[in-house]
Amino acid sequence: MTAAARLVLANVWVAVVAFALGALMAVMQALARAGIELPFGTARLYYLSVTAHGVLEALVFTTFFIMALGYLVTETTLGRIAGMQWAWAGFWIALVGTLMTTLAILSGTSTVLYTFYPPLEAHPTFYVGATLLIIGSWLWSAVMIGSFRAWRAGHPGERVPLALHGMLATVAVWILATAGLAVEVLVFILPWSFGLVDRIDPIVARTYFWWFGHPLTYFWLLPAYVLWYTVIPKVAGGKLFSDGLTRVVFVQFILFSTPVGLHHQFSDPGIAGGWKLLHTFTTYAIMFPSLVTAFTVIASLENAGRAQGGTGLFGWLRVLPWRDPFFAGVALSMVTFALGGFGGAINAAYAMNAMVHNTAWIQGHFHLTVGTAVALTFMGSTYWMLPRLTGRAIAFPRLATMQPYLWFVGMQCFSIPSHIAGLMGMPRRVYTGEFQGVEAAQAWIPLVNLSAVGGVILFVSAMCYVGVVVGSMLVSPVTAREPFEYAEAMPSSTPASPLWDRFGLWTAVAVLLIALAYGPPLYHLHTMTRFPSQGFSPF
Amino acid sequence: MHVDRYERYWMWAAIGMLVLFTGAIVITAVTGAAHPPSHTEVIDPETLTVAGEFATPGVTTHEDGRVTVSLRAEFYVFRPEHVRVPAGVPVTFRITSPDVLHGFQIVGTNVNLTVAPGYVSQATTTFDTPGEYLVVCNEYCGLGHHLMQGAIVVEPGR
Repeated sequence: MTAAARLVLANVWVAVVAFALGALMAVMQALARAGIELPFGTARLYYLSVTAHGVLEALVFTTFFIMALGYLVTETTLGRIAGMQWAWAGFWIALVGTLMTTLAILSGTSTVLYTFYPPLEAHPTFYVGATLLIIGSWLWSAVMIGSFRAWRAGHPGERVPLALHGMLATVAVWILATAGLAVEVLVFILPWSFGLVDRIDPIVARTYFWWFGHPLTYFWLLPAYVLWYTVIPKVAGGKLFSDGLTRVVFVQFILFSTPVGLHHQFSDPGIAGGWKLLHTFTTYAIMFPSLVTAFTVIASLENAGRAQGGTGLFGWLRVLPWRDPFFAGVALSMVTFALGGFGGAINAAYAMNAMVHNTAWIQGHFHLTVGTAVALTFMGSTYWMLPRLTGRAIAFPRLATMQPYLWFVGMQCFSIPSHIAGLMGMPRRVYTGEFQGVEAAQAWIPLVNLSAVGGVILFVSAMCYVGVVVGSMLVSPVTAREPFEYAEAMPSSTPASPLWDRFGLWTAVAVLLIALAYGPPLYHLHTMTRFPSQGFSPF
Repeated sequence: MHVDRYERYWMWAAIGMLVLFTGAIVITAVTGAAHPPSHTEVIDPETLTVAGEFATPGVTTHEDGRVTVSLRAEFYVFRPEHVRVPAGVPVTFRITSPDVLHGFQIVGTNVNLTVAPGYVSQATTTFDTPGEYLVVCNEYCGLGHHLMQGAIVVEPGR
């Protein structure tokens, strides 16, 4: 195995173990919420498991998997990862951080959920571990940029390979996003957690958190888009519809991912409505590249279907490789993301948000987006990646074929009732939705039970995935190793201006947009009279 | 860069849709005063239970019939837990917290507030339909989060 393959696989291993643990937490929650008597069914364990599920899936599984994808794309497009030792240093730092945070959560001293809103106060280990995870990911970012610059020095004027273009956009989004998190954690939370200062302002902390929290979702989504654009057309037997527009789409994510976070704080006091309205506009702007993605990727798939003899208005769909779990996973991800995207337009709607804010609708929403569009794409890509890295065939191919469909069914079963219950007023993140049997709460109980069925189906699918991955890594015989191949662009696709490959320039413009969108409300928050709060650990 | 004709149509349609969405939001914000709660009043969370509006929370009826309801959201209870207000008049809810973040959501309405220590959250609504409304906390606040529950009894207007 090559050095790069070892690095990629190490990151995939951590991602998959975190995913499996997180899935275990999730099925317990689904069953507990449905009122099934469990020996461990206490509020304490419930909220602990919600914290663990959120951290392990949303922060650990995603970050490690994206680091793996980044290294994979760098190696396969540029032929070289520059600074291997830094890549490994990043891996170990992130892993140590993950272990610290996970142990802090499992010890019951840090039940603050993955959003860790002060003045809820976790054990310092929780924050230090999370910081190390982010520092590890910054080393990943540095290695990605360093590899690109080293390649650029030897290839002046050459176009950036498209898949790498998307991963570099991911790196840019991640750096812009984590700047906000760094302020929240390093300036406010760590000094307070270590007792150097007594108090912390919850609204200031939340504002920096959501500076990070929304572009975080594009940090998850962009690598999935990279796979949709640059690999899936090839898997389906076709070509990419437009290379140029794809670059424009990736750059738009650098620009508009970050100055949008206040749409998570519509119901917050302390922030004037005008700034919330501005962030509504930028949030609608960031929907545009996703709408373009829908056209370009589906047009590429149509091209693939027609290349294989599919005819008629929809006949090309039938001939696509529905038994290939990577293709099926991505196709189902796209369908699911269309639903989740429209839900997102409602979340971002300035005044309508009040109908859904912090209700079960929200958990339904992000399980369609990050929980399916991103996670199912990543799971599918594992089936594509592993044999090409190790030379081993996929173990239990039937399980692998079935797994994305199970996930899709389970997730619809979980998310659609969650959306409806949310519209009926059911809050999210509650141990039980019973509320002493009052009439309003009675109405959402059947929906919660249906969600629990979805949760069990999802768990079965998750275990199929873990079984196939572990089997493929350890048990399968070594056969021929297929090459990694990316989709070519269609001949009609002319290149975009080289301007769209200027990452430094676009990142600088993004910084300006962030300054405009966040400068005034943050200045106002920091200069107004405030009464910061002491910490509480009610768990 | 060549962009396919149909993709160009699609992009214009996407822009049209987004302009429609944002236009609707701006129009309802300007003409219908449909805004999210964005009150910017501050308060000391460590003294609010000692004296002042939130030391004795409850319902105040003004001379013109408008009603103000002051509440505290604190570890696992809303104070007061039960509130009686008349239908058909504007009711302003003012709420704050002496401890961590809470939520204040009146189920079946669009009153949905984040409650933060150090800040006063505020929303005004008019209940058209008499009856009992469930109030829940929708921001995780600790192990008793799911126990936070209140009721607003809306009585037929005079």
